[in-house]
Amino acid sequence: MMSDRYRIIHCLNQFFGGLGGETEAGLAPVLQKGSRGPGQLLERLFPGAEIAATLICGDNYMATNTETALEEALSLLAPYFTGAEAERPSLLMAGPAFAAGRYGIACGAICQAIAERFGIPALTGMFPENPAVSLYRKEVLIVRTAQDVMGMEAALRDMASLAGKLLRREEILPEQDNYLVQGRRRNVFDPETGARRAVRMLLQKMRHEPFVSEYAMPTFDRVTPAAPVADMGKVRLALVTSGGIVPQGNPDRIQAASAQSFGTYPLKGLSALSSVTHQSVHGGYDPTWANADPNRVLPLDAVRELETEGAFGSLHEFYYATVGNATSVAMARSFGREIAQRLLADGVQAVILTST
Amino acid sequence: MVKEIERAGIPVVHACSIVPISLTVGSNRILPTIAIPHPFGDPEMGLAEEKGLRRALVEKGLKALATGIEGQTVFS
Repeated sequence: MMSDRYRIIHCLNQFFGGLGGETEAGLAPVLQKGSRGPGQLLERLFPGAEIAATLICGDNYMATNTETALEEALSLLAPYFTGAEAERPSLLMAGPAFAAGRYGIACGAICQAIAERFGIPALTGMFPENPAVSLYRKEVLIVRTAQDVMGMEAALRDMASLAGKLLRREEILPEQDNYLVQGRRRNVFDPETGARRAVRMLLQKMRHEPFVSEYAMPTFDRVTPAAPVADMGKVRLALVTSGGIVPQGNPDRIQAASAQSFGTYPLKGLSALSSVTHQSVHGGYDPTWANADPNRVLPLDAVRELETEGAFGSLHEFYYATVGNATSVAMARSFGREIAQRLLADGVQAVILTST
Repeated sequence: MVKEIERAGIPVVHACSIVPISLTVGSNRILPTIAIPHPFGDPEMGLAEEKGLRRALVEKGLKALATGIEGQTVFS
């Protein structure tokens, strides 16, 4: 029986699902009836849609136990797909996750799994730099969103519009429906032959005029692995972290999210980090354990022990730290370049870079 | 950051808890760690045991730095 009302499953993390902040990031999937948080706005922006249930999962749980978490989520959802046809949800929406990496992974993974297991369309929304985009863009429809929650309404509007088209089985296109290119080819008729279009493009190129290629080349930014350390006994090793470990008081005021800088901090004379000397300023994970013992993120105590035993030559007398939390790729690249220059100047030959 | 350091010719091991992200971004030597909020530790353990775990991870990292690789390698 067809009806104009669409039943939707919405998927959120613990934060948007209203179950808590970072302290609840380890939460296993739970299913709640009706809409939660952004789902309520989504229902207002999407006439005819009714959120049957909201699946909520902790960021850490989903990002680090993805396989188990997915199985648990799918078992929770199974009863919705074994009922009468009219009761079956017709679509799953996840997020939007904006630039949040762990949340992005959860959204991508659940969309892919639900489509495979239950055969319904699924979509999510992310900022194009979200690391989950390159993991899931081929299989999952990902609406392009702003970097953070300021773009919630626009994101939900675009997601609702794309969902409506999917449900009505209308044609969709990345440019007009604002989703990220999936790399699919499709036959279309063009009034001009390929030869004419190609020659026009060539002429534009020769005149240094702007033109848009019909075949976007993928850009792979890969770096050749550096040669291994030849003599561990002599190597000068440095520590770098994106885990937000800084001296107490955060002297450089490194931001908890979208960091604009990195800090250079001394290690000379320090045999370990402690809650007295250092802290975490990372806004993307619960810092309780890192604050209690910062060696859990920047393992100075173990590194010093191994240095004393001669497992490697010597530790560089500074470490470099920033916060990798929704930090833009351009920013991370510039931090990396600058740190690399300093390391080279100081004769550092190997690096352990820790991330949370 | 990992890539820019490596581009400068310095071998770097990326110690992280979400390996798929590290692979996607393009790290070459990847060391999977314990958990997002405590990559080099486990608060459930006693202090001595936790320190041993941390030390073992760092040793693995050093080993990765001394290992020649052709392409992306996860040192699990």
